[in-house]
Amino acid sequence: MTQLILEQALNGLQFGLMLFLLAAGLTLVFGIMDMINLAHGSLYMVGAYLAAAAVAASGSFVVGVLLAVAGTAVLGALLEMTVLRRLYTRDHLSQVLATFALILIANEAVRMVWGDQPALLNPPDALSGPVELGGFSYPAFRLLIIAVGTVVALLLYWVVACTRVGMWVRAGASNREMTEALGINVKRLFTLVFAAGAGLCALAGAMLGPLLAVQVGMGESILILAFVVIVIGGIGSIRGALVGSLLVGVVDTLGRALLPWLLRSFLPGEVAANLGPALAAILIYLLMAAVLFWRPAGLFPARG
Amino acid sequence: MRLAAVVSAVAATLAVSLPLGTSAHAADKVKVGFLSTLSGPGAGLGVDIRDGFQLGVKHLNGKLGNLPAEVLVADDQQKPDVAKQEAEKLLKREKVDFMTGIVFSNLMLAVGPQAFDAKTYYISANAGPSQYAGEQCNPFFFNVAWQNDNLHEAMGKYVQDKGFRNVVIVTPNYPGGKDAVSGFKRFYQGKSEEVYTKLGQLDYAAELAQIRATKPDALFFFLPGGMGINFVKQFVAAGLSRDIQLFAPGFSADEDVIKAVGAPMLGMFNSSHWAHDFNNPENKRFVADFEKEYGRLPSLYASQGYDAAMLIDAAVRDVKGKLDDKEVLRKALEAKRFKSVRGDFKFNNNHYPVQNYVLRVISKDVQGRVTNKTMSTTFSNHADAYANQCKMK
Amino acid sequence: MGGALYRQSAQRRWAALALLAGLTVLPLLLQAVGHEFYVSFVSRLLIFALAATSLNFVVGFGGMIAFGHAAFFGAGAYTVAILMENGISSALVAWPLAIAVAALLALGIGLVSLRTRGVYFIMITLAFAQMIYYLFISLKAWGGDDGLSLASRSTLGSLPLSNDAVFYWVVLACLAATLLLLDRITHARFGRVLQAIRENESRMEALGYPVHSYKLLCFVIGGALAGLAGALIANHGQLASPSLLQWTQSGTLLVMVIVGGVGALYGGVVGAATLLLLEEVLSHFTHHWHAALGLALLFVVFRAPHGIAPWFHRRFSRSKKNEAPRE
Repeated sequence: MTQLILEQALNGLQFGLMLFLLAAGLTLVFGIMDMINLAHGSLYMVGAYLAAAAVAASGSFVVGVLLAVAGTAVLGALLEMTVLRRLYTRDHLSQVLATFALILIANEAVRMVWGDQPALLNPPDALSGPVELGGFSYPAFRLLIIAVGTVVALLLYWVVACTRVGMWVRAGASNREMTEALGINVKRLFTLVFAAGAGLCALAGAMLGPLLAVQVGMGESILILAFVVIVIGGIGSIRGALVGSLLVGVVDTLGRALLPWLLRSFLPGEVAANLGPALAAILIYLLMAAVLFWRPAGLFPARG
Repeated sequence: MRLAAVVSAVAATLAVSLPLGTSAHAADKVKVGFLSTLSGPGAGLGVDIRDGFQLGVKHLNGKLGNLPAEVLVADDQQKPDVAKQEAEKLLKREKVDFMTGIVFSNLMLAVGPQAFDAKTYYISANAGPSQYAGEQCNPFFFNVAWQNDNLHEAMGKYVQDKGFRNVVIVTPNYPGGKDAVSGFKRFYQGKSEEVYTKLGQLDYAAELAQIRATKPDALFFFLPGGMGINFVKQFVAAGLSRDIQLFAPGFSADEDVIKAVGAPMLGMFNSSHWAHDFNNPENKRFVADFEKEYGRLPSLYASQGYDAAMLIDAAVRDVKGKLDDKEVLRKALEAKRFKSVRGDFKFNNNHYPVQNYVLRVISKDVQGRVTNKTMSTTFSNHADAYANQCKMK
Repeated sequence: MGGALYRQSAQRRWAALALLAGLTVLPLLLQAVGHEFYVSFVSRLLIFALAATSLNFVVGFGGMIAFGHAAFFGAGAYTVAILMENGISSALVAWPLAIAVAALLALGIGLVSLRTRGVYFIMITLAFAQMIYYLFISLKAWGGDDGLSLASRSTLGSLPLSNDAVFYWVVLACLAATLLLLDRITHARFGRVLQAIRENESRMEALGYPVHSYKLLCFVIGGALAGLAGALIANHGQLASPSLLQWTQSGTLLVMVIVGGVGALYGGVVGAATLLLLEEVLSHFTHHWHAALGLALLFVVFRAPHGIAPWFHRRFSRSKKNEAPRE
């Protein structure tokens, strides 16, 4: 039983860190530009497809992922400069409509290029097996995800907390007008933040692609989770996004394994198997509703 | 102003649809509504059925029963509501003569009543839910593939015969999955634990952790399409393949899965009613031309799509294109005057096949490809367990 | 000013009546040209128009950007399906119950959600809708992923609802009654207070209006009407599908409202009609019609930022040299 919990905790950590890669970009865009970007999930999808194509073309997983991250970042910057920039001053409803339109266009564009069927993205051969972790085996590729996620999270935290660019970003998130008044080129900062967010999306897409499927629509299901994360954490806060991601990842994954097991002790097997995952899925939304009920601006509000 | 806009919009819609015309007496051509899963993780199956069906039509020179064939392809996106909407379009707007193509049993059960109400023959090239085999059997439903339980029954017998007594069964929680469990357990008598997953689930980390904790000696999984591909990969990655023997019906061990997973599949036993190495002239032509046309080996799904086209062809030819007399058409379908690529089979009273089931093993063929090889016959002239509950004669 | 207003509302009434008359004879026209399929299509369109109208009441008049309207739409549908499963098929029982269930749900969700505002309100309504969604896909007794099929359509006296044209007229009547009701509400004191709250909430609070109760009531009315739309959509396809509860459904309804015109009485109708007709027409021409739809929506955002209905309205008013365009 302890082994089951340990394994699930690792799975939760792995999932949470990937959620963080998505949520980091989303929370900054949301926080600094006060912009609801539903198309964030599309960048995740495009990143995964680019990774699948680049890995297949180059034959190397690392090269493929790096190419995908760079390509998606460029794409993100272009998107920001052509369409999204014109939405910052508009109300939330217009942003919802415009970025919803972008989802439709992105999905269809991917379909035109890569077809309806999922694209194949395999983990590198060397990592397709298990590793021994003090008595039990754990998939090597999932460990790699945890490692990459941890490194990127630390790096991002350092950039935002300790560098000049990070200071501007934090300043932008807490008070945009003041930041502009201080003479910072907010326009370029926005483009930069958006490109970085897009790159992180691609990284998450490339790392999760081998575990899930690289397919049209993959962005929509995970987008909502990313929104849940940043709302729990507090919009605009990197620290909040990290805490929120890990909370959602672990609660969701542990819930999925433990709830059916708990329920099975007093319910028939099939009912427990039905109710368990549903309750686990509801768990994170309950968590979010509860957080909003007691702390209406999330755990770590960015605006002071 | 607004009225004018609406009226003109409606008029535009009508104008667009007019050329499609109406065909109440379709004696000049045969219209087939091919509704299948063509996007998402289940798409591989639908694409194979479609390609098989279209190869069949091509072999028949673009005709079905000597009449020009018009195949209208639609995607159900593996969603019941989309399937129902698309089916309504095919049945009511296009007024098709036959429907076929659905992969998943939950969608079949959603769409079936629509086809039956419209008195349109549904020729299932895959989904074979127990409901339509038993009490809810319908004169307008034919299945050219199998009843859902069958392939699982064959595996249940094999796993039982090999002496495994502690098995975990992994299957999606949907009608096809329920049929899989009852089929497997009809012939397997040992201890079993069922793990139900969500249909379309792709990350099995939680299930694998649970399976590791259960410590079974064998695992039987029924996860078609992308689900199976991910499951096998993650099963191997988690290191479980060292202690647990893996078994599956042909659905989870055919060309689509093998192509994606490769070597880790070697040595896996599975059941089927067809294999690409079956030695009959129809099958040899089908396999050779399929490879030539699409550049890959056909799967059992493709063979079923091919047979569906052949069944329609034979029936339309039998009634000499008079598709309006539904009684006569049914007799012609029941008679099944074509040679199947799987060898011979006949329809039971519930319009499901009575046929042989074989054991296959995944191994390297003479060209070094990882693929299925037929081993032995598990069941001969095997019928499904529900036919006696069907009141059709 | 008063005369102009009166003249304008008289014109609007005539336009509405003409439209209603046109829609009433539409099934006969469609049948005459052998396109019965489109009767069913237009019924679906009108049901979505009703659902979008109910959301527009919450968004446009209440000023609450709710991203969980699918919960009420789906709740109405499932109420009818579950009642049918248990042998209650009378529309006179099932449909009011569907409205009541959706209204109660809206009351519960609204009570909690209205504590938050802005983006957090958007997100908490989404969270509640997702909870309902996951609850329903897990309950196998109520169909789970596959949804719950209806054995037949509801029974309504001696009206044969199974006939697509009859069902269409019932749907049309529901939509017309809803629009009439909302028109009355928005012109009554309640509606005026609501719109004042939308414009300046703190002022209304300072004036002593129970702002919270007003907004909650608006949210509940919107939910109840969505429940009616849900009852109709379940009857239309004879299926209560979990996709009705999904967040993408909330998103689609919201898009319909924005496209049609936030806060315009006919905004929901115009939005639903635009989206569904575009879908139907575009899908004839190209397999990739989603992309074309996306481009059309971008066009709306940047060229008709207040939606299509006000865009028409403005052109209409301008040509009559009446009021300045509403801004």
